[in-house]
Amino acid sequence: MNAADPSTIRAVRAIIARAKRWDMFFAMLGILSLMVGVLTFSVLFLDMAIQGVPRLDLEFFTSFPSRRAANAGILSAWVGTVLVMLVTALAAVPLGVAAGVYLEEYAPKNWITDIIEINISNLAGIPSIVYGLLALGLFVYYFGFGQSILSAGLTLALLILPVIIVATREAIRAIPQSIHEGSYACGATTWQTVRDHILPYSSAGILTGVIIGMARAIGETAPIITIGALTFIAFLPTAPFSGEPPAGLFDWIFAPFTVMPIQMFNWTSRPEAAFTVNAAAAGFVLVFMTLAMNGLAIYVRYRLRKNIKW
Amino acid sequence: MTASAVLPSHHGAPSTSIGNGVSDRLRKKASRHVKERIIEALLFSAAAFSVFVTVAIVYVLVKESWVFFQTVPLSDFLFDTQWTPLFDDAHYGIMVLLSGTLTSSGVALLVAIPLGTIIAIYLSEFAGFKLREIAKPFLELLGGVPTIVYGYFALTFLTPILQKIYPDLPGFNLLSAGLVMGIMIIPYVASLSEDAMRAVPMALREGSYAMGATRLQTALWVVTPAATSGIASAYILGISRAVGETMILAVAAGMQPNLTFNPTEPGATITSYIVQVALGDLPHGSIGYQTIFAAGLTLLLMTLAFNLLGYWLRKRFREVY
Repeated sequence: MNAADPSTIRAVRAIIARAKRWDMFFAMLGILSLMVGVLTFSVLFLDMAIQGVPRLDLEFFTSFPSRRAANAGILSAWVGTVLVMLVTALAAVPLGVAAGVYLEEYAPKNWITDIIEINISNLAGIPSIVYGLLALGLFVYYFGFGQSILSAGLTLALLILPVIIVATREAIRAIPQSIHEGSYACGATTWQTVRDHILPYSSAGILTGVIIGMARAIGETAPIITIGALTFIAFLPTAPFSGEPPAGLFDWIFAPFTVMPIQMFNWTSRPEAAFTVNAAAAGFVLVFMTLAMNGLAIYVRYRLRKNIKW
Repeated sequence: MTASAVLPSHHGAPSTSIGNGVSDRLRKKASRHVKERIIEALLFSAAAFSVFVTVAIVYVLVKESWVFFQTVPLSDFLFDTQWTPLFDDAHYGIMVLLSGTLTSSGVALLVAIPLGTIIAIYLSEFAGFKLREIAKPFLELLGGVPTIVYGYFALTFLTPILQKIYPDLPGFNLLSAGLVMGIMIIPYVASLSEDAMRAVPMALREGSYAMGATRLQTALWVVTPAATSGIASAYILGISRAVGETMILAVAAGMQPNLTFNPTEPGATITSYIVQVALGDLPHGSIGYQTIFAAGLTLLLMTLAFNLLGYWLRKRFREVY
């Protein structure tokens, strides 16, 4: 059979056409699969917006939860969320950045470093509810912090620690070796190099990781339920120096609390439709907050990529 | 890449050959840099703290479970077919909760693994630069939605729709929770698999294209096999997410312990049981309180097993170019 034989050419063309059809078919399948994600998210967001947005008024943000759905609000929930996040950030950011800097800039290549690295990737895979059990045993009962803002904040800090460590390491790794070498060549010590060069240049990358970690912490429900957070809180923690006798500067960290996702869970699990509307409204606020934080992180990363050219 | 890797190591080089101008890290015994040593010690303790967290998790879970297993024999825990720890006639068969966990995870993975893989192949091999730049952050957003919101969505939106197709479906069921959980896991599977595929060297693709292969043929027969270890660890991560997922199940699957592998029934999982107990008012130190630690230990062992499997797969199938 000759290569130029028309029947051979036809056969080859048929094979090519079939391969191209499969190519097209898969491209379509890919777009469809992507659409499943996009569509689900849009439906989820719209459904919650339609149900919940009419419920969002100033009163919703300034009222305590109530037995009557129409009067209930999320005051104690959002204040609780802000305070818990404050504790989480104060605990997780210094610890996570320090650990990341150590592993990138100081750690010698030995078995201790290996153990720390394997351990961090392992921690990232542990389900969040297990952190809740740790906190229940350790913070709530062993340290005696009780079911307080402090316990919850520390729990979430442990949970997002791996996120911050990994982000710090990646940000540092993106700095070219020549920056280190230049600094050492001028006689700088390791800490001087870290303080004056590594940390400033990696700060945007670290910030991205911190925001993503905090966005995750804001939505975490399971570990906080596990430490026994109450679902019905109709008061705020005492502000510093207020009340009789005057509260200390940090008395609020031992106060009982509730947070946004727990408030939403509480409303979702009630059968009355009016509470479902409340849940939708709280969920909308929650999704809006996480989206805003994630969006901010994406923006910071985008700006970073545009501005820094080594 | 650390700085010390470039400079001569202090282990190997004799101290006399190290000039004074080089980093003080090479002169561990120099006392003039006490401050440097203190800072290094502080940073090390921050890194070592993560090991302490793991030790604390294992210690707390084992300690409370130990007390639990003093009362309940291990054989009852493993082989009893009822889970009624809070009733007078108490049974502690973890199998019941495991069946809920496995059923819901199975449904979730049936959604997440095919869709996640297709999206990964599409984004890595087919999509243009622009689409990828938009789709990747979008997937991250999808993964960032709080799971309680997914739970609400499963209960109030998906379940009523499923009930129209299948009228006998109860209001709480593992199917709806599992499906939504699958959507939630797609970003993890897709994003990690895509990273693994992008890491395959261009030369392999070019070789394949030069032989006349189409994009799909290249993707399926060249890129995917080369990225197997990365894709496998993406799947493993997806599995541990599914097994550890809590709020979607607590909201949408009901919390009745039910020994079943039928996703159209309600059921409790290990995680949703822990939530159920934590919501109640169990006294510290009671047997009910200890059950959640025994359940948590089971969960930890399962995720640990998956992590080890993932580690092994990465080692076994790793392709180095």
